[in-house]
Amino acid sequence: MEDNNRLIQIRDLCKAFGENKVLDHFNLDLHAGENLVLVGKSGSGKSVLLKCMVGLMEYDSGSLQVLGQEIRGMGQYELDKLRTDIGFLFQGSALYDSMTVRENLSFPLRRHPEKIAGASEDDLIQEALENVGLAHAIDLLPEELSGGMQRRIALARTIILKPRIILYDEPTSGLDPITAKEIIHLILEIQQLYHTAALIITHDMDCARVISNRMIILLNGTNYAEGTFQELQTNQDPQVRAFFK
Amino acid sequence: MTKNSGLWYQMREIVVETGEIALFARRFFREVFNPPYEFRELLKQSYIIGNKSIFLVATTGFIMGLVLTLQTRPTMSQFGAEAWMPAMVGISIVREIGPVITALICAGKIGSSIGAELGSMKVTEQIAAMEVSGTNPFKYLVITRVVAATLMVPLLVIIADGVALTGSYLVEHVKGNVSMQLYFSQVFRNITFGDLVPATVKTFFFGFAIGIVGCYKGYTSKKGTAGVGRAANSAVVVSSLFLFIIDFIAVLIADIFFEL
Repeated sequence: MEDNNRLIQIRDLCKAFGENKVLDHFNLDLHAGENLVLVGKSGSGKSVLLKCMVGLMEYDSGSLQVLGQEIRGMGQYELDKLRTDIGFLFQGSALYDSMTVRENLSFPLRRHPEKIAGASEDDLIQEALENVGLAHAIDLLPEELSGGMQRRIALARTIILKPRIILYDEPTSGLDPITAKEIIHLILEIQQLYHTAALIITHDMDCARVISNRMIILLNGTNYAEGTFQELQTNQDPQVRAFFK
Repeated sequence: MTKNSGLWYQMREIVVETGEIALFARRFFREVFNPPYEFRELLKQSYIIGNKSIFLVATTGFIMGLVLTLQTRPTMSQFGAEAWMPAMVGISIVREIGPVITALICAGKIGSSIGAELGSMKVTEQIAAMEVSGTNPFKYLVITRVVAATLMVPLLVIIADGVALTGSYLVEHVKGNVSMQLYFSQVFRNITFGDLVPATVKTFFFGFAIGIVGCYKGYTSKKGTAGVGRAANSAVVVSSLFLFIIDFIAVLIADIFFEL
Protein backbone atom coordinates (compact mmCIF):
# COMPACT_ATOMS: atom_id res chain seq x y z
CA MET A 1 0.00 0.00 0.00
CA GLU A 2 1.10 3.57 -0.62
CA ASP A 3 2.61 5.66 2.15
CA ASN A 4 0.04 8.45 1.81
CA ASN A 5 -2.57 5.90 2.88
CA ARG A 6 -0.74 5.34 6.16
CA LEU A 7 -2.89 6.52 9.08
CA ILE A 8 -0.77 5.24 11.96
CA GLN A 9 2.98 4.77 11.88
CA ILE A 10 4.87 3.38 14.85
CA ARG A 11 8.64 3.04 14.87
CA ASP A 12 10.81 1.58 17.65
CA LEU A 13 8.21 2.28 20.32
CA CYS A 14 9.37 1.47 23.84
CA LYS A 15 7.39 1.48 27.05
CA ALA A 16 8.41 0.02 30.38
CA PHE A 17 6.88 -0.11 33.84
CA GLY A 18 9.94 -0.20 36.10
CA GLU A 19 11.97 -3.21 35.00
CA ASN A 20 9.10 -4.66 32.99
CA LYS A 21 9.50 -3.76 29.30
CA VAL A 22 6.05 -4.14 27.73
CA LEU A 23 6.91 -2.57 24.36
CA ASP A 24 10.44 -3.03 23.06
CA HIS A 25 11.16 -1.35 19.70
CA PHE A 26 7.69 -2.15 18.45
CA ASN A 27 6.73 -1.22 14.86
CA LEU A 28 3.34 -0.96 13.21
CA ASP A 29 1.64 0.63 10.20
CA LEU A 30 -2.11 1.00 9.77
CA HIS A 31 -3.36 1.94 6.32
CA ALA A 32 -6.65 3.47 5.19
CA GLY A 33 -9.49 0.98 4.94
CA GLU A 34 -7.49 -1.75 6.64
CA ASN A 35 -8.53 -4.00 9.52
CA LEU A 36 -5.38 -4.82 11.45
CA VAL A 37 -5.68 -7.34 14.27
CA LEU A 38 -3.16 -7.39 17.09
CA VAL A 39 -2.94 -10.53 19.20
CA GLY A 40 -0.78 -11.24 22.20
CA LYS A 41 -0.77 -12.83 25.62
CA SER A 42 -2.46 -11.10 28.57
CA GLY A 43 -0.19 -8.38 29.93
CA SER A 44 1.83 -8.24 26.72
CA GLY A 45 1.19 -4.51 26.29
CA LYS A 46 -1.63 -4.48 23.74
CA SER A 47 -3.91 -2.15 25.72
CA VAL A 48 -0.90 -0.01 26.66
CA LEU A 49 -0.20 0.43 22.95
CA LEU A 50 -3.77 1.59 22.29
CA LYS A 51 -3.60 4.03 25.21
CA CYS A 52 -0.34 5.46 23.85
CA MET A 53 -2.04 5.99 20.47
CA VAL A 54 -4.72 8.26 21.96
CA GLY A 55 -2.40 10.03 24.40
CA LEU A 56 -3.84 8.38 27.50
CA MET A 57 -0.39 7.07 28.35
CA GLU A 58 3.07 8.38 27.56
CA TYR A 59 5.64 6.20 25.82
CA ASP A 60 9.31 6.19 26.76
CA SER A 61 10.94 6.43 23.35
CA GLY A 62 10.38 5.88 19.65
CA SER A 63 7.95 7.50 17.27
CA LEU A 64 4.15 7.21 17.23
CA GLN A 65 2.42 9.17 14.48
CA VAL A 66 -1.35 9.23 14.07
CA LEU A 67 -2.69 10.95 10.94
CA GLY A 68 0.77 12.37 10.42
CA GLN A 69 1.08 13.91 13.87
CA GLU A 70 3.55 12.77 16.52
CA ILE A 71 1.59 12.10 19.72
CA ARG A 72 4.42 12.96 22.10
CA GLY A 73 4.63 16.67 22.82
CA MET A 74 1.20 17.53 21.43
CA GLY A 75 -0.67 20.32 23.19
CA GLN A 76 -4.00 19.50 24.86
CA TYR A 77 -6.00 21.38 22.21
CA GLU A 78 -4.28 19.60 19.29
CA LEU A 79 -4.60 16.25 21.04
CA ASP A 80 -8.33 16.75 21.70
CA LYS A 81 -8.82 17.74 18.05
CA LEU A 82 -6.93 14.65 16.86
CA ARG A 83 -8.94 12.44 19.21
CA THR A 84 -12.15 13.33 17.37
CA ASP A 85 -10.69 11.48 14.37
CA ILE A 86 -9.98 8.39 16.47
CA GLY A 87 -12.78 6.25 17.85
CA PHE A 88 -12.01 4.03 20.84
CA LEU A 89 -14.20 1.09 21.84
CA PHE A 90 -13.32 0.13 25.40
CA GLN A 91 -13.24 -3.45 26.61
CA GLY A 92 -15.96 -2.82 29.21
CA SER A 93 -17.94 -0.45 26.92
CA ALA A 94 -17.32 2.46 29.38
CA LEU A 95 -20.77 3.98 28.88
CA TYR A 96 -21.47 6.91 31.21
CA ASP A 97 -23.77 5.17 33.65
CA SER A 98 -25.50 8.30 34.96
CA MET A 99 -26.61 9.25 31.43
CA THR A 100 -29.22 7.79 29.09
CA VAL A 101 -28.22 6.36 25.72
CA ARG A 102 -29.21 9.66 24.07
CA GLU A 103 -27.04 11.65 26.51
CA ASN A 104 -24.13 9.24 26.03
CA LEU A 105 -24.26 9.87 22.28
CA SER A 106 -24.85 13.62 22.50
CA PHE A 107 -21.93 14.07 24.94
CA PRO A 108 -19.15 14.08 22.28
CA LEU A 109 -21.35 15.93 19.77
CA ARG A 110 -21.98 18.86 22.13
CA ARG A 111 -18.29 19.26 22.80
CA HIS A 112 -17.36 19.14 19.13
CA PRO A 113 -20.08 21.06 17.26
CA GLU A 114 -17.61 21.57 14.37
CA LYS A 115 -17.97 17.85 13.61
CA ILE A 116 -21.75 18.13 13.16
CA ALA A 117 -21.39 20.40 10.09
CA GLY A 118 -24.98 21.65 9.94
CA ALA A 119 -26.65 18.30 10.71
CA SER A 120 -29.08 18.09 13.60
CA GLU A 121 -27.86 16.40 16.78
CA ASP A 122 -31.01 14.28 16.99
CA ASP A 123 -30.60 13.06 13.41
CA LEU A 124 -26.99 12.02 14.03
CA ILE A 125 -27.93 10.17 17.21
CA GLN A 126 -30.79 8.43 15.44
CA GLU A 127 -28.54 7.49 12.50
CA ALA A 128 -25.82 6.07 14.77
CA LEU A 129 -28.36 4.05 16.77
CA GLU A 130 -30.01 2.71 13.62
CA ASN A 131 -26.60 1.64 12.31
CA VAL A 132 -26.09 -0.51 15.42
CA GLY A 133 -29.73 -1.70 15.40
CA LEU A 134 -30.75 -0.13 18.71
CA ALA A 135 -32.84 2.91 17.80
CA HIS A 136 -35.49 1.83 20.32
CA ALA A 137 -33.03 2.02 23.25
CA ILE A 138 -32.52 5.78 22.99
CA ASP A 139 -34.05 6.68 26.37
CA LEU A 140 -32.70 3.73 28.37
CA LEU A 141 -29.94 3.88 30.95
CA PRO A 142 -26.84 1.65 30.49
CA GLU A 143 -27.89 -0.48 33.48
CA GLU A 144 -31.08 -1.40 31.59
CA LEU A 145 -29.08 -2.84 28.67
CA SER A 146 -27.53 -6.30 28.25
CA GLY A 147 -23.75 -6.65 27.76
CA GLY A 148 -24.16 -7.01 23.98
CA MET A 149 -26.45 -3.97 23.79
CA GLN A 150 -23.99 -1.93 25.85
CA ARG A 151 -21.21 -2.86 23.42
CA ARG A 152 -23.41 -1.77 20.47
CA ILE A 153 -24.24 1.56 22.12
CA ALA A 154 -20.55 2.08 22.88
CA LEU A 155 -19.87 1.43 19.18
CA ALA A 156 -22.57 3.96 18.25
CA ARG A 157 -20.88 6.51 20.53
CA THR A 158 -17.53 5.68 18.93
CA ILE A 159 -18.77 6.31 15.37
CA ILE A 160 -20.92 9.35 16.06
CA LEU A 161 -18.08 11.79 15.38
CA LYS A 162 -17.31 9.86 12.17
CA PRO A 163 -13.70 9.02 13.03
CA ARG A 164 -11.15 7.95 10.42
CA ILE A 165 -9.64 5.29 12.68
CA ILE A 166 -11.34 3.04 15.23
CA LEU A 167 -9.38 1.28 17.96
CA TYR A 168 -11.11 -1.76 19.40
CA ASP A 169 -9.92 -3.10 22.76
CA GLU A 170 -11.17 -6.71 22.95
CA PRO A 171 -14.54 -5.98 21.30
CA THR A 172 -15.94 -9.46 21.95
CA SER A 173 -14.62 -10.15 25.45
CA GLY A 174 -17.23 -11.07 28.05
CA LEU A 175 -19.89 -11.78 25.42
CA ASP A 176 -21.55 -15.10 24.60
CA PRO A 177 -20.50 -16.64 21.23
CA ILE A 178 -23.68 -15.58 19.41
CA THR A 179 -23.52 -11.97 20.58
CA ALA A 180 -19.78 -11.94 19.87
CA LYS A 181 -20.49 -12.97 16.25
CA GLU A 182 -23.10 -10.21 15.98
CA ILE A 183 -20.56 -7.65 17.20
CA ILE A 184 -17.94 -8.95 14.72
CA HIS A 185 -20.36 -8.52 11.81
CA LEU A 186 -21.40 -5.14 13.12
CA ILE A 187 -17.75 -4.02 13.12
CA LEU A 188 -17.45 -5.10 9.47
CA GLU A 189 -20.68 -3.28 8.54
CA ILE A 190 -19.52 -0.14 10.32
CA GLN A 191 -16.21 -0.25 8.50
CA GLN A 192 -17.93 -0.48 5.11
CA LEU A 193 -20.43 2.22 6.01
CA TYR A 194 -18.01 4.75 7.47
CA HIS A 195 -14.86 3.74 5.49
CA THR A 196 -12.74 3.60 8.62
CA ALA A 197 -9.48 1.84 9.33
CA ALA A 198 -9.48 -0.33 12.42
CA LEU A 199 -6.91 -1.66 14.84
CA ILE A 200 -8.44 -4.51 16.78
CA ILE A 201 -6.97 -6.12 19.87
CA THR A 202 -8.43 -9.51 20.53
CA HIS A 203 -7.86 -12.98 21.94
CA ASP A 204 -10.77 -14.28 19.91
CA MET A 205 -9.34 -16.09 16.89
CA ASP A 206 -12.79 -16.37 15.29
CA CYS A 207 -12.99 -12.62 15.46
CA ALA A 208 -9.47 -12.28 14.00
CA ARG A 209 -10.27 -14.70 11.15
CA VAL A 210 -13.43 -12.88 10.09
CA ILE A 211 -12.28 -9.29 10.58
CA SER A 212 -8.57 -9.13 9.79
CA ASN A 213 -6.90 -8.10 6.57
CA ARG A 214 -3.59 -8.43 8.37
CA MET A 215 -2.43 -9.63 11.78
CA ILE A 216 0.45 -8.88 14.10
CA ILE A 217 1.50 -11.12 16.97
CA LEU A 218 2.88 -9.10 19.85
CA LEU A 219 5.37 -11.11 21.87
CA ASN A 220 8.01 -9.90 24.32
CA GLY A 221 7.17 -6.31 23.38
CA THR A 222 7.99 -6.77 19.69
CA ASN A 223 6.03 -7.60 16.54
CA TYR A 224 7.04 -11.25 16.60
CA ALA A 225 5.13 -12.28 13.50
CA GLU A 226 3.09 -10.53 10.87
CA GLY A 227 0.89 -11.63 7.96
CA THR A 228 -2.62 -12.57 6.97
CA PHE A 229 -4.65 -14.90 9.19
CA GLN A 230 -4.02 -17.80 6.82
CA GLU A 231 -0.27 -17.13 6.69
CA LEU A 232 0.05 -17.06 10.44
CA GLN A 233 -2.22 -20.07 10.88
CA THR A 234 0.14 -22.15 8.75
CA ASN A 235 3.29 -20.72 10.37
CA GLN A 236 5.45 -23.46 11.87
CA ASP A 237 6.91 -21.38 14.72
CA PRO A 238 5.69 -23.00 17.98
CA GLN A 239 5.10 -19.58 19.63
CA VAL A 240 2.89 -18.53 16.71
CA ARG A 241 1.11 -21.87 16.56
CA ALA A 242 0.25 -21.56 20.25
CA PHE A 243 -2.16 -18.74 19.41
CA PHE A 244 -4.11 -20.92 16.98
CA LYS A 245 -4.57 -23.96 19.21
CA MET B 1 5.68 -5.02 62.33
CA THR B 2 5.22 -4.70 58.56
CA LYS B 3 7.13 -2.28 56.38
CA ASN B 4 4.07 -0.04 55.93
CA SER B 5 3.00 0.21 59.55
CA GLY B 6 5.80 2.34 60.99
CA LEU B 7 5.05 5.81 62.33
CA TRP B 8 7.65 7.36 60.04
CA TYR B 9 6.11 5.66 56.98
CA GLN B 10 2.61 6.81 57.94
CA MET B 11 3.76 10.39 58.51
CA ARG B 12 5.51 10.36 55.15
CA GLU B 13 2.31 9.08 53.50
CA ILE B 14 0.31 11.93 55.08
CA VAL B 15 2.79 14.53 53.83
CA VAL B 16 2.85 13.00 50.33
CA GLU B 17 -0.94 12.87 50.15
CA THR B 18 -1.30 16.46 51.39
CA GLY B 19 1.15 17.52 48.67
CA GLU B 20 -0.80 15.62 46.02
CA ILE B 21 -4.07 17.21 47.14
CA ALA B 22 -2.37 20.64 46.98
CA LEU B 23 -1.25 19.91 43.39
CA PHE B 24 -4.76 18.74 42.54
CA ALA B 25 -6.14 22.01 43.99
CA ARG B 26 -3.57 24.00 42.00
CA ARG B 27 -4.80 22.31 38.81
CA PHE B 28 -8.35 23.27 39.84
CA PHE B 29 -7.41 26.96 40.14
CA ARG B 30 -5.53 26.87 36.85
CA GLU B 31 -8.49 25.43 34.95
CA VAL B 32 -11.54 26.87 36.71
CA PHE B 33 -11.48 30.25 34.92
CA ASN B 34 -10.59 28.93 31.46
CA PRO B 35 -13.32 28.04 28.94
CA PRO B 36 -15.17 25.88 28.08
CA TYR B 37 -17.48 26.24 31.08
CA GLU B 38 -19.74 23.32 31.96
CA PHE B 39 -22.68 25.38 33.32
CA ARG B 40 -25.27 22.69 32.72
CA GLU B 41 -23.29 20.12 34.73
CA LEU B 42 -22.57 22.74 37.43
CA LEU B 43 -26.31 23.37 37.85
CA LYS B 44 -27.00 19.62 37.94
CA GLN B 45 -24.33 19.03 40.58
CA SER B 46 -25.52 22.02 42.65
CA TYR B 47 -29.02 20.59 42.57
CA ILE B 48 -27.81 17.11 43.53
CA ILE B 49 -25.58 18.35 46.37
CA GLY B 50 -28.09 20.87 47.71
CA ASN B 51 -31.34 19.06 47.22
CA LYS B 52 -30.22 15.61 48.32
CA SER B 53 -28.54 16.88 51.50
CA ILE B 54 -31.17 19.36 52.65
CA PHE B 55 -33.39 16.91 54.54
CA LEU B 56 -30.49 15.33 56.42
CA VAL B 57 -28.94 18.71 57.23
CA ALA B 58 -32.26 20.19 58.37
CA THR B 59 -33.10 17.18 60.56
CA THR B 60 -29.66 17.26 62.18
CA GLY B 61 -29.93 21.03 62.67
CA PHE B 62 -33.31 20.71 64.34
CA ILE B 63 -32.08 18.02 66.76
CA MET B 64 -28.91 20.04 67.38
CA GLY B 65 -30.96 23.08 68.45
CA LEU B 66 -33.30 20.99 70.60
CA VAL B 67 -30.53 19.09 72.38
CA LEU B 68 -28.27 22.10 72.93
CA THR B 69 -31.12 24.03 74.57
CA LEU B 70 -32.35 21.06 76.63
CA GLN B 71 -28.84 20.32 77.90
CA THR B 72 -27.81 23.87 78.80
CA ARG B 73 -31.11 25.17 80.18
CA PRO B 74 -30.83 23.51 83.65
CA THR B 75 -27.35 24.93 84.21
CA MET B 76 -28.38 28.40 83.06
CA SER B 77 -31.43 28.19 85.38
CA GLN B 78 -29.17 27.47 88.36
CA PHE B 79 -27.53 30.85 87.79
CA GLY B 80 -30.82 32.57 86.99
CA ALA B 81 -29.60 33.23 83.47
CA GLU B 82 -32.48 31.77 81.41
CA ALA B 83 -32.89 35.14 79.73
CA TRP B 84 -29.49 34.63 78.13
CA MET B 85 -30.48 31.31 76.54
CA PRO B 86 -31.38 32.70 73.07
CA ALA B 87 -28.14 34.69 72.89
CA MET B 88 -25.98 31.81 74.06
CA VAL B 89 -27.59 29.22 71.79
CA GLY B 90 -27.69 31.64 68.84
CA ILE B 91 -24.00 32.54 69.07
CA SER B 92 -22.97 28.89 69.59
CA ILE B 93 -24.93 27.73 66.59
CA VAL B 94 -24.02 30.53 64.21
CA ARG B 95 -20.34 30.73 65.12
CA GLU B 96 -19.34 27.12 65.53
CA ILE B 97 -21.79 24.27 65.99
CA GLY B 98 -23.91 24.94 62.90
CA PRO B 99 -21.04 25.27 60.40
CA VAL B 100 -18.91 22.43 61.80
CA ILE B 101 -21.68 19.85 62.33
CA THR B 102 -23.26 20.63 58.95
CA ALA B 103 -19.88 20.46 57.21
CA LEU B 104 -19.15 17.10 58.86
CA ILE B 105 -22.49 15.77 57.66
CA CYS B 106 -21.75 17.09 54.18
CA ALA B 107 -18.31 15.45 54.28
CA GLY B 108 -20.05 12.14 54.99
CA LYS B 109 -22.78 12.56 52.42
CA ILE B 110 -21.27 14.64 49.62
CA GLY B 111 -17.59 13.69 50.01
CA SER B 112 -18.24 9.96 50.01
CA SER B 113 -20.71 10.22 47.16
CA ILE B 114 -18.27 12.19 44.97
CA GLY B 115 -15.40 9.83 45.88
CA ALA B 116 -17.43 6.73 45.06
CA GLU B 117 -18.90 8.14 41.85
CA LEU B 118 -15.61 9.32 40.37
CA GLY B 119 -13.81 6.22 41.66
CA SER B 120 -16.32 4.00 39.92
CA MET B 121 -16.03 6.06 36.72
CA LYS B 122 -12.26 5.72 36.90
CA VAL B 123 -12.17 1.93 37.29
CA THR B 124 -14.79 1.38 34.57
CA GLU B 125 -12.77 3.61 32.20
CA GLN B 126 -15.56 6.18 31.86
CA ILE B 127 -13.09 8.97 32.62
CA ALA B 128 -10.72 7.62 29.95
CA ALA B 129 -13.68 7.44 27.54
CA MET B 130 -14.38 11.14 28.13
CA GLU B 131 -10.75 11.95 27.51
CA VAL B 132 -10.55 10.06 24.22
CA SER B 133 -13.74 11.75 23.01
CA GLY B 134 -11.80 15.04 23.20
CA THR B 135 -13.41 16.26 26.42
CA ASN B 136 -11.46 17.45 29.44
CA PRO B 137 -12.81 15.19 32.23
CA PHE B 138 -11.20 17.38 34.90
CA LYS B 139 -13.35 20.30 33.82
CA TYR B 140 -16.50 18.27 33.42
CA LEU B 141 -16.22 16.14 36.55
CA VAL B 142 -13.94 17.88 39.04
CA ILE B 143 -14.45 21.61 38.53
CA THR B 144 -18.23 21.35 38.45
CA ARG B 145 -18.38 19.26 41.63
CA VAL B 146 -15.89 21.38 43.58
CA VAL B 147 -17.62 24.65 42.62
CA ALA B 148 -21.03 23.16 43.42
CA ALA B 149 -19.84 21.97 46.86
CA THR B 150 -18.20 25.36 47.55
CA LEU B 151 -21.46 27.17 46.78
CA MET B 152 -23.93 24.72 48.31
CA VAL B 153 -22.32 23.99 51.70
CA PRO B 154 -22.71 27.63 52.90
CA LEU B 155 -26.38 27.54 51.87
CA LEU B 156 -26.88 24.27 53.73
CA VAL B 157 -25.19 25.76 56.80
CA ILE B 158 -27.55 28.77 56.73
CA ILE B 159 -30.54 26.42 56.49
CA ALA B 160 -29.19 24.22 59.31
CA ASP B 161 -28.62 27.31 61.50
CA GLY B 162 -32.17 28.51 60.87
CA VAL B 163 -33.70 25.13 61.65
CA ALA B 164 -31.49 24.69 64.75
CA LEU B 165 -32.64 28.06 66.11
CA THR B 166 -36.24 27.03 65.45
CA GLY B 167 -35.65 23.81 67.42
CA SER B 168 -34.12 25.81 70.24
CA TYR B 169 -37.07 28.23 70.21
CA LEU B 170 -39.52 25.32 70.54
CA VAL B 171 -37.79 24.15 73.74
CA GLU B 172 -37.74 27.69 75.13
CA HIS B 173 -41.41 28.11 74.24
CA VAL B 174 -42.42 24.86 75.95
CA LYS B 175 -40.16 25.18 79.00
CA GLY B 176 -40.04 28.95 79.48
CA ASN B 177 -43.13 30.18 77.63
CA VAL B 178 -40.96 32.47 75.50
CA SER B 179 -42.65 34.01 72.44
CA MET B 180 -41.17 33.63 68.96
CA GLN B 181 -40.71 37.40 68.58
CA LEU B 182 -38.87 37.70 71.90
CA TYR B 183 -36.70 34.66 71.23
CA PHE B 184 -35.52 35.70 67.77
CA SER B 185 -35.12 39.38 68.68
CA GLN B 186 -32.83 38.25 71.54
CA VAL B 187 -30.88 36.03 69.14
CA PHE B 188 -30.35 38.70 66.48
CA ARG B 189 -29.61 41.46 69.01
CA ASN B 190 -26.65 39.49 70.31
CA ILE B 191 -25.23 38.17 67.04
CA THR B 192 -22.66 40.63 65.72
CA PHE B 193 -20.90 41.20 62.41
CA GLY B 194 -17.87 39.49 63.95
CA ASP B 195 -19.93 36.37 64.63
CA LEU B 196 -21.55 36.19 61.24
CA VAL B 197 -18.84 37.02 58.71
CA PRO B 198 -16.03 34.63 59.74
CA ALA B 199 -18.56 31.84 60.31
CA THR B 200 -20.00 32.32 56.82
CA VAL B 201 -16.65 32.75 55.07
CA LYS B 202 -15.24 29.56 56.55
CA THR B 203 -18.18 27.55 55.20
CA PHE B 204 -17.00 28.30 51.64
CA PHE B 205 -13.63 26.80 52.58
CA PHE B 206 -15.42 23.81 54.14
CA GLY B 207 -17.34 23.26 50.90
CA PHE B 208 -14.17 23.59 48.83
CA ALA B 209 -12.29 21.11 51.07
CA ILE B 210 -15.12 18.56 50.85
CA GLY B 211 -15.32 18.91 47.06
CA ILE B 212 -11.60 18.86 46.34
CA VAL B 213 -10.82 15.91 48.65
CA GLY B 214 -13.80 13.87 47.35
CA CYS B 215 -12.81 14.54 43.74
CA TYR B 216 -9.11 13.86 44.39
CA LYS B 217 -9.86 10.53 46.06
CA GLY B 218 -12.24 9.43 43.30
CA TYR B 219 -10.23 10.76 40.37
CA THR B 220 -7.05 9.05 41.50
CA SER B 221 -8.63 5.85 42.79
CA LYS B 222 -6.85 2.61 41.86
CA LYS B 223 -7.02 -1.15 42.32
CA GLY B 224 -10.49 -1.95 40.99
CA THR B 225 -13.73 -2.04 42.93
CA ALA B 226 -11.95 -2.28 46.30
CA GLY B 227 -10.30 1.02 45.41
CA VAL B 228 -13.74 2.62 44.96
CA GLY B 229 -14.71 1.71 48.53
CA ARG B 230 -11.38 3.02 49.81
CA ALA B 231 -11.83 6.25 47.82
CA ALA B 232 -15.27 6.87 49.37
CA ASN B 233 -14.08 6.03 52.86
CA SER B 234 -10.89 8.06 52.81
CA ALA B 235 -12.72 11.02 51.20
CA VAL B 236 -14.78 11.26 54.39
CA VAL B 237 -11.85 10.75 56.77
CA VAL B 238 -9.47 13.18 55.05
CA SER B 239 -12.07 15.89 54.39
CA SER B 240 -13.28 15.69 58.05
CA LEU B 241 -9.70 16.17 59.20
CA PHE B 242 -9.29 19.13 56.83
CA LEU B 243 -12.52 20.66 58.19
CA PHE B 244 -11.12 20.75 61.73
CA ILE B 245 -7.83 22.24 60.52
CA ILE B 246 -9.67 24.91 58.49
CA ASP B 247 -11.93 25.63 61.47
CA PHE B 248 -8.92 26.06 63.76
CA ILE B 249 -7.24 28.46 61.32
CA ALA B 250 -10.51 30.36 60.78
CA VAL B 251 -10.98 30.85 64.54
CA LEU B 252 -7.39 32.11 64.89
CA ILE B 253 -7.85 34.60 62.04
CA ALA B 254 -11.26 35.72 63.32
CA ASP B 255 -9.74 36.25 66.73
CA ILE B 256 -7.12 38.57 65.25
CA PHE B 257 -9.57 40.64 63.16
CA PHE B 258 -12.73 40.59 65.27
CA GLU B 259 -11.36 40.05 68.80
CA LEU B 260 -13.75 37.21 69.66
